[in-house]
Amino acid sequence: MKEKLQRILPMVQKPARYTGGEYNEITKDLSQVRVRVAFCFPDTYVIGMSNVGMRFLYGVMNEMDGVWCERVFAPWADMEEQMRTNDLPLWALESQNPVRDFDMIAFTIGYEMCYTNILNMLNLAGIPLHAKSRKGLKNIVFAGGVCAFNPEPLASFVDFFCLGEGEEVAPEVLRLYDRAKAEDWSKDVFLKAVSTIDGVYVPSLYEHTYNEDGTLAGVKALAGAPTKITKRIIKDLDSAYYPTKMIVPSTEIVHDRANLEVFRGCIRGCRFCQAGFSCRPVRKKSADVLYKQAIETMQDSGHNEITLSSLSTSDYRELKELTDELIPYCAAQKINLSVPSLRADNFSQELTQKLQSLRKSGLTFAPEAGTQRLRDVINKNLTEEEILTACANAFAGGWNNVKLYFMLGLPTETDEDVLGIAELVHKIIETWKNTASNKKRGLRVHVATAYFVPKPHTPFQWEKQITPEEYIRRTKLLKSNMYAKSVEYNYHEPDLSRLEAVMARGDRRLCAVLEEAVRRGARLDGWDEHFSYRTWLDAFEFCGINPDYYTVRGFGESEILPWDIIDVGVTKDFLRSERKRAYAEQTTPDCRHGCSGCGANQLLREVPCDA
Amino acid sequence: MLRLLFEKTGNAVWISHLDLMRLFQRAFKRANLPLKHTQGYNPRPSVSIALPLSVGVESTCELLDFDLDGECVDCDEICARLNQCLVSGVKVLRVYDAGMKIRDLAYLRCKIELKYDSGIPDSAECAITALFNTPSLVVSKTTKNGIKEIDLIPMIRSICTIREEKNQIIIEAVICCQNPTLNPAQIVQAICKKLPEFCPDFSKCSRIEIYNKNGEVFR
Repeated sequence: MKEKLQRILPMVQKPARYTGGEYNEITKDLSQVRVRVAFCFPDTYVIGMSNVGMRFLYGVMNEMDGVWCERVFAPWADMEEQMRTNDLPLWALESQNPVRDFDMIAFTIGYEMCYTNILNMLNLAGIPLHAKSRKGLKNIVFAGGVCAFNPEPLASFVDFFCLGEGEEVAPEVLRLYDRAKAEDWSKDVFLKAVSTIDGVYVPSLYEHTYNEDGTLAGVKALAGAPTKITKRIIKDLDSAYYPTKMIVPSTEIVHDRANLEVFRGCIRGCRFCQAGFSCRPVRKKSADVLYKQAIETMQDSGHNEITLSSLSTSDYRELKELTDELIPYCAAQKINLSVPSLRADNFSQELTQKLQSLRKSGLTFAPEAGTQRLRDVINKNLTEEEILTACANAFAGGWNNVKLYFMLGLPTETDEDVLGIAELVHKIIETWKNTASNKKRGLRVHVATAYFVPKPHTPFQWEKQITPEEYIRRTKLLKSNMYAKSVEYNYHEPDLSRLEAVMARGDRRLCAVLEEAVRRGARLDGWDEHFSYRTWLDAFEFCGINPDYYTVRGFGESEILPWDIIDVGVTKDFLRSERKRAYAEQTTPDCRHGCSGCGANQLLREVPCDA
Repeated sequence: MLRLLFEKTGNAVWISHLDLMRLFQRAFKRANLPLKHTQGYNPRPSVSIALPLSVGVESTCELLDFDLDGECVDCDEICARLNQCLVSGVKVLRVYDAGMKIRDLAYLRCKIELKYDSGIPDSAECAITALFNTPSLVVSKTTKNGIKEIDLIPMIRSICTIREEKNQIIIEAVICCQNPTLNPAQIVQAICKKLPEFCPDFSKCSRIEIYNKNGEVFR
């Protein structure tokens, strides 16, 4: 295998991503290992190594005695071709051993359009796709990540899912497997046992039936399987495992920097945002702990950039304390401190000024909708005034580049809302004319629109997606009304977002479509150069499934939803009331201005929600 | 200016030149050896590698020039500290506090392994030896400005062919590595072009030593 690989490597792009051997990679003596885990990321190395969750879990699993967790990524198309012609099965980076030799195969899934990569990777590994075709304890496939909050489109392929944060549940699962392997359990016995661990969902223990109109009629739990699976969370982040010795890739990756997660959860409640609801409740991390971990991480990794990440870093209570300490350290060490997703408030402005002394970053806003009315509908608490004031300050400070992100097709959107985007852009240009300190370099306004995808566990989980034709009409309407030379408008192609919408709210009938799409060559769908819409449409047609059922149809409020069995903490009643408020154009204040009773605080016992 | 001699072997050969520069920059940081930064809008740590190495090529004679900020650190200590912060396959062999001028770097001793999976074809070794013992060997090379005809012979100072095992021929050559530059891979390409029947199934190049104009080891 090694000789074969050495001969293939000169023929592929960026070979270093296939060899492992990076700084801080963990290798173990196989004679001391009882459980081998192949931790797969269903996309390429450059994307996967940028994923923070994977780094946490890699560390957590490898801390366990007798467990060796190794990394596996999807090969790029040139490598896949070489693997297939040279009969080289998918391998794990650390040991370079074939994935099919591993006990457990884990996937972390953060994006619906990487589902085909999961199947393709199993295929490249030479592992049967269907859970029921994999007999015995070898090659147990399990998965986690945000997409596991509606795992049904993968139900046939994955043995079990871990819902929510994995730092505690992963070791529990591995310990059980360790025992099962030592005592030579059957797969059925193991799956039943694993289903009793909190947060574990074993899809084969449930039977789905459908009504004549195609809607879900019932979900029957077999063999005493739990009727509700509640996601897991880490209650105390200060004492939780944090990997300060992170792998430092030897090749450039997408997010080539140290990453410090400052808190979990979100107080905002933007009604379209899945993470905003499904990652609740809010749990803080203290600035002292963060500072120590940041220094340790930077010293160990040698990175020249560190980013403070979370769903909304401006909402981190101790942001001032933390940055006051970090800025001098970073300046002395010539490390770039980046604080993404800052809001347009005063403190953030001040902080931006301070960070600017380290290195200049971009000015980006995500108003998501063009009018205040629609921003109220989606509960995006960002006003035009805030945007314009922030722009004015930035222009006066020498910025001449703004990026603006919007969605088209949000519930209740009218042409007036679409044109509101053009109007806002116009006002930004006017602001620049009045405030820019340096007009010579001109202004660039980048406007991007995405095609709204309704997601499970949000107040918009029942919504219709507009048709691709209507989306295109709205992009054209917008384009014809934004004629200033300084504006650059890009819009997402609707095809991918339509499929994303299908998979996001999909049920078990989509397993066949996925398998068929992969059989017809679909993979790396997130990459323009490999995405083929035709392949997907053919697969839907072949399986007799109409994608519209999952998109433009919309789901009834009384309908059983495929993901109803999964409890992310936020109650369905709360989502329903938020939906009602959306249609009434009523905002809901952020959690810090009064708890609105979403229910996620019930996941915490000892500590209160830190909203 | 400080200079270090390092080797790049094993799986590290797949790391590209640019990635290797970043890798060293991080290693310096980990080793708490702050690099001097360039002046300007985007200050960058100043490290430079003498002869960029193609991906896949092994070497035991790479040079990297750098400057440290702050207090002076003993060369042997720099070497020891860096080696604790590097990846497997990249190893600092020695650190020098001064060195020859890079522009005086002239020749490179390289080794080329030619592998024939079903045994070395008859008379391959003689034919290859003969190919490089002609007064002129013109091959075409694709450059940024289109295809160019180049003569390899003036750039080869010495070359010898050794038959090793029954599947492998080894070529050892001393070639020009600066003004003009001959890439060892071009020697393999010339064989495949001029002697297609002796084109190997797989080939691998490595750098062994570098010299100045007078043939003295370059450091």
